[in-house]
Amino acid sequence: MTTTIADRRIEDAGLEAGIARLTPEKIQKTILAVLEGEGGARLKTYVETCVRCGMCAKACHYYMSHKDPSYAPVAKVRQTMWEILKHKGLVSPEFIHQCAQIAYTECNLCRRCMHYCPLGIDTAYIMSFVRRICHKLGVTPQYIQDTAHSHSATMNQMWVKDDEWIDTLKWQEDEARDEMPELRIPLEVEGADFMYSVIAPEPKFRTQLIYQAAFIFNQAGLNWTMPATPGWDNSNMAMFSGDMEIMGRVEMAHFEAAQRLRVKRIVMGECGHAFRAIYDVGNRWLGWGMHPVPVVHSIEFFWDLLNSGKIRMAKKYPGPVTIHDPCNVIRGRGLMDKLREVVHAICDGVVEMTPNREHNYCCCAGGGVINCGPPFKNVRIVGNSVKADQLKATGVKTCIAPCHNCHGGLEDIIHKYGLGIELKFLGDIIYECMEKKGAS
Amino acid sequence: MQADQAWDWEPGARTVLEDATACAAPHEWTEEPESSPDGERLAAVANLGDGRFTVCVNAEPWETDFEKAWYLRFSPDGRLSAVTMEDGMWTVSVDGESWEESFDFAWGTTFSADGGVIAACIQSDGRYGMVVDGAPWETLHDNANHFRIAADGAHTAAAVQVKSMGQADIETFQKGIFSVAVDGEPWDATFVNCFDPAIEVKTGRVAATIRRSLYDYSVAVDGKAWEAAYDCAWGPVFHPGNGQVLAPVRKKGLWGMAGDAGFVWNPAFVQCHHPQFSADGATLAAIVATSFGKFTVAVNAAPWSATFPVVTDLRVSPDGKTVAAQASTDNTAFRVLVNGSVWPGVYDMAYGPVICPTTGQVAIRVEKDGKKAFVLDGKAHPATFDRAYDPIFSPDGAKVLLRGISGKAYKRIVAPVSAFTG
Repeated sequence: MTTTIADRRIEDAGLEAGIARLTPEKIQKTILAVLEGEGGARLKTYVETCVRCGMCAKACHYYMSHKDPSYAPVAKVRQTMWEILKHKGLVSPEFIHQCAQIAYTECNLCRRCMHYCPLGIDTAYIMSFVRRICHKLGVTPQYIQDTAHSHSATMNQMWVKDDEWIDTLKWQEDEARDEMPELRIPLEVEGADFMYSVIAPEPKFRTQLIYQAAFIFNQAGLNWTMPATPGWDNSNMAMFSGDMEIMGRVEMAHFEAAQRLRVKRIVMGECGHAFRAIYDVGNRWLGWGMHPVPVVHSIEFFWDLLNSGKIRMAKKYPGPVTIHDPCNVIRGRGLMDKLREVVHAICDGVVEMTPNREHNYCCCAGGGVINCGPPFKNVRIVGNSVKADQLKATGVKTCIAPCHNCHGGLEDIIHKYGLGIELKFLGDIIYECMEKKGAS
Repeated sequence: MQADQAWDWEPGARTVLEDATACAAPHEWTEEPESSPDGERLAAVANLGDGRFTVCVNAEPWETDFEKAWYLRFSPDGRLSAVTMEDGMWTVSVDGESWEESFDFAWGTTFSADGGVIAACIQSDGRYGMVVDGAPWETLHDNANHFRIAADGAHTAAAVQVKSMGQADIETFQKGIFSVAVDGEPWDATFVNCFDPAIEVKTGRVAATIRRSLYDYSVAVDGKAWEAAYDCAWGPVFHPGNGQVLAPVRKKGLWGMAGDAGFVWNPAFVQCHHPQFSADGATLAAIVATSFGKFTVAVNAAPWSATFPVVTDLRVSPDGKTVAAQASTDNTAFRVLVNGSVWPGVYDMAYGPVICPTTGQVAIRVEKDGKKAFVLDGKAHPATFDRAYDPIFSPDGAKVLLRGISGKAYKRIVAPVSAFTG
């Protein structure tokens, strides 16, 4: 069955209010300004080289779940950017609503389709460009816009206030000292080997992850610190809402925290999109050719701790387990081998999903889609039944996913499709199964 | 850090404390030590066991101990502050004496330039503001960020939320719920965002970067916004002579420097941030990228020729004759840049150049092969340390105070400039 975006229109307070303020003339003026100022050779090349072969269709989890050609990556471009270019930006407010719905909620910017395009077209780039236009037009889903607002006001994505961050760390330190009396969560330690940064849901909802990381780092005898200032949150939803200016401000705060602390590198918690923001996008918007401070994802960091013998496993986590490959650190950074080496070192009975590694299907939460909130929850769950099938086929009861958004997306799928699978971070398992010397 | 003539400037090395981790009270551990500006004291938070903490100065504990103590900082005038908690309430303790009033949370202790005024950020009953020498702002706010104290300590400021907002209420947010509070009192005007307030010494005028909409960045001074709108902007600075406010701004993808009448540096840079004036205002320097990935320093809009992947820690001497910064590649291979020249040394880490206000000479703390050392005008002092603190020039500029821990011993060295020969 083939549908159109009009058939699946969803009401969202941000989108409705946004298009109510628009006229075709205002839309055209804004679009032309964005195209002129930011639409360079890359966009033109992609648009002009696409031969409409449709090989990208089977790369997309939305298409594979619905088997509806209108979900194919090329169809998403056809329904948005090609129309925008064809009409030189003179399109209706309702059309902009459709563009926003496609770009923000039906594409995870996972870049799987780029691997299947014989010409290497990065559809995620084009969808990001559509999002940028929608942002400039003020047509963004309510909840991701709220997240971008939080970034602008607090430099973190969850409205965590300056004191709440420090208070949470002090509280976690107290909790952990019941288990390891000499444990510290070092704050503002100049010259530490690394700054550990997390995403805002950790102090807000998943404080056990900070606890576990602190325990692992203390057990390994590492010289580390966290900043006590804004800049501690490495996430960046403004990158996904299309607000590049706030995206840059958030990255500036993050890197400047690390530079102020004179650390050798930044180690990031188990998050995928944050890595993309820091390693690939935000740094370059700020003019840096590469990141100004080396950035290490937890996968690499745990790999190093295990291989150097700084942490040792007292036992292996009982399998069978499977591995979910987060797009932004696998396709974006190539950590698939290290992820597997870590999982095999800490777990028994690893069962691979098929396809996997750089061909793995997205969790359908990333790219800011889960941050678009409740109105679009069903879209991402139904739009990823292929992932549910993939998980179910493994027959495992545990899935390891080293990314917060992946946990969010997979959790919903597991619940909806009754898969009975428990999700784990690498840190969960390492903390649970490692040797704990001196711990009470 | 302004050196005092009364400090011991007799050239030579002296061990101030044989064991930098020592504390006369029974303790479980001591934390990262801080050195007093004159080098005569070394202070560290000590865990006394049973969840109690105190501060040890030259191994002698404060008389008081606390549920928590952290953020140990010496003020420029040599007073020692710590953020402390007792009975679940937080305050600032200075030289062992806690401020009378305590708060649901206190953090981020900060000082006036001479250290005469000590301020901190506070939260009481879910309301946010600052406390200055123990006296909290009369008006607190739903939230506050970007806390600042004026160089002379006469005023404090922060970006504050002045209107409440429901969960995910993006319409209210975009109407503008933020302002800047000066000594607690907010401007009449509200904006979508307020960032990086700057306070003019003596007049108390305050400037901040603002966002009037999601797309319209500008600068407001005492609540009055510039007419011009920019695509983005970083924090403003006051011209110390004529009070003009300038800020790095972005237009059509390029950055320049603007005042209320428009650009004073043409938007020719891929990046431009951290502007800084000399004391007379004749020199304005900023970190700039002349093209993608090529950073340097621009002085009065003219960029230096040497570019690097990263440039940080810009410093301008009071007379404007010396401008210094540090450069790095992948957070290593640190170089020191002075007036456009590049020192020959390459270091694993650098900690920000220090300019002698009298002579314009530049000293810096660096790290190489795991050891901390000091370099002056490109020449190293022979002493190395495991942990070190920033160098401080004597008032006449003839000597440099070096402070550091080698092994267990905490030492202060008064090094004549001529001792830097390496």
